[in-house]
Amino acid sequence: MRKLFTPLAIVTALVFVTTPFLIANAPYESTMLLIQKIFYYHVPSWVAMYCGLAVCAVGSIVYLFKGSRVADRYAVSAAELVLLFGANGLISGPLWARKAWGVWWQWDPRLTISLLLWLIFGGYLMVRKYGGPGSEKLAAAVGIFGAAVSPFLYVSVNIWRTIHPKTSVVPDIVANPQGMAAPLLISMLAFVLLFLLLLNLRVRLAERQDALDELYLAHED
Amino acid sequence: MNGSPTEVALDERHAAAPRRGTPMFVRTALLVLRKDFAIEIKTLEIVMTTLFFAVACVLVFSFAFVREGQAPPDAAPAILWIAVAFSGTLALGRTFERERHAETLRALLLAPSPRPALYVGKLLGMIVLLALDEVILVPLIAFLFASPMFDRPLFLAAFLATGTIGFAAVGTLFAAMLMRSRTRDVLLPILLYPVTVPVIICGVRGTAALLESPADLPTATMWLSILFAMDVVFLTLALWTFEPLMNE
Amino acid sequence: MRGSQPDVGTFDFNAVDVNEVSRHFGRRRALSNVSLTLRSGDIVGLLGPNGAGKSTLISLLATLAAPTSGEVRYGGHLAKDAGAALRDRIGLLAHELYLYPELSARQNLDFFARIYGVDAATAVPAALERASLADRADDDVQGFSRGMRQRLALERALLHRPRLVLFDEPFTGLDDAAVSLVSRRLIALAAEGAIVVVATHDLDIADGLVTRVALVRGGRLLADEPAATGLRSRYRSAIGAA
Repeated sequence: MRKLFTPLAIVTALVFVTTPFLIANAPYESTMLLIQKIFYYHVPSWVAMYCGLAVCAVGSIVYLFKGSRVADRYAVSAAELVLLFGANGLISGPLWARKAWGVWWQWDPRLTISLLLWLIFGGYLMVRKYGGPGSEKLAAAVGIFGAAVSPFLYVSVNIWRTIHPKTSVVPDIVANPQGMAAPLLISMLAFVLLFLLLLNLRVRLAERQDALDELYLAHED
Repeated sequence: MNGSPTEVALDERHAAAPRRGTPMFVRTALLVLRKDFAIEIKTLEIVMTTLFFAVACVLVFSFAFVREGQAPPDAAPAILWIAVAFSGTLALGRTFERERHAETLRALLLAPSPRPALYVGKLLGMIVLLALDEVILVPLIAFLFASPMFDRPLFLAAFLATGTIGFAAVGTLFAAMLMRSRTRDVLLPILLYPVTVPVIICGVRGTAALLESPADLPTATMWLSILFAMDVVFLTLALWTFEPLMNE
Repeated sequence: MRGSQPDVGTFDFNAVDVNEVSRHFGRRRALSNVSLTLRSGDIVGLLGPNGAGKSTLISLLATLAAPTSGEVRYGGHLAKDAGAALRDRIGLLAHELYLYPELSARQNLDFFARIYGVDAATAVPAALERASLADRADDDVQGFSRGMRQRLALERALLHRPRLVLFDEPFTGLDDAAVSLVSRRLIALAAEGAIVVVATHDLDIADGLVTRVALVRGGRLLADEPAATGLRSRYRSAIGAA
């Protein structure tokens, strides 16, 4: 793990340095102009959040059924990153909405789903913190159910919204790329790399904490 | 070894007491259900308190939403499902408090029955309890909001059944796993409500579709099928994760 | 692996091997490299002060918890290989008694008998007799005194004639008559071939009852030897309690 950190950090830094130039050179979207460019920051946050969700779910399953401490370390680290990148998206989203359409929150499906997932994984961390001894397993169950429910969240919230359409609609950028695809993909790459970097750091922190516990135990002998 | 009798070979007298077949999955689940029923029938404590709470819930929401004698559209299905969710959460806490009181769940886990059967027994009890609630709540809400709840009774029953099963499936698992937690009372709603939001959405919007005039059956069917899929996923996951979660 | 677990009722053992078992929660070590062997006919006194790890060891022996390292073997088999059939041979009684207070004595016994696949029609009346509760059989347990509940809980734990009998502090709050009743029962069980483990911090009661002593303190096994008289004086300093 430690060996991966430096090359990963370098690559991440490089991508982050070059991405703003790509974003600046990307064409303006017709109605929102400069404001739309928050999109290159907002959407990749979701991508990183869902990466965290996947890692947490898999780590939770492996921990619950195999008792692997390594898996548990990945699960808790990923859950924290879900909250981090989710918060990123939940702040940039309303900022964008306010500037673009004058309203902070309009129950946009993606924002709503992310808010719920944020709550679920916030619950994951609450259980670990306040659940008492043995709460890592309980949290693992929350992680698994959180991941299992996300497709249903996606379907039900989307249908829930589109059956009652609001007047302002999120522009469908995928339909007209116009040179926005490349900066978007690079931005996504940047955020995924950042996710992996932070995951690496956080897992190592958890490793150190577990090693410290082992030392305490050994000291008693 | 000094002082102990010579090692006894697999002793007939100790090998088995008189037995009547091995408890299977279904037998265990039904035994647990019957036991909970036997406890409840003596005082009706959980049934009555949950029911009164659900009715109180309905009234609180009614006072919050009704203006000049009129409720907003779709208030009826919304209030129905919220009342079921809130009273269900309380009932879950109370049911497992009974198993925690003398640590009887530990004794059940020690028995040779398959552990998921214990979960199913508890789940069935929960479903029956919530069904009793709904039997009272639906006419009450139809009455208070002049809502045509009984126009399509079978469809409505299907919604209530699948929604209740979905909610109870997750709730029973979470309530059981939180039993040893000091903060179980507050953690249960924190964990349960976000995860069961799709159940609420499907239940409310599906019921609302049924109550439109004329009833929007294709939409209702769509919501119902999502609910059904969720039930399958939740039940499978709960049965799969129950045993590892119950190990100390 | 699951398919090869023995059927309930076909599995039995006459020795339990605890092998370098440790159990810890974060930084707290509950048990540390405990090894001992329990044999059929033994009455093992698990002695030690509060917090020594006795209850943790009992939980591990009962298969309700798993060790963080080391293993417990029942007749050579691990708990996860023997599965439900192993649980069928284990009886546990702890301080909490595992009785439903809202149900009657008969209903409690009936429920657990059926869960264990024991013929309730014969086993329950016999158990009520042995507990001297036949006349109070249909009264709710919540109206029982501690001694009555203890007798009932004892019979409930033994309904299925377990091979491994685990009692965690069974004498708390009992008067002398009740204590001698429980002690006589344990001796009879061991004579029939059961493996009896009694965890207690009361040295006076253990004296004369147990055939072997396993001394636990701070999660560690300090001594494992045949019992002799004068437990209190011999172990008082080791346990450090009055």
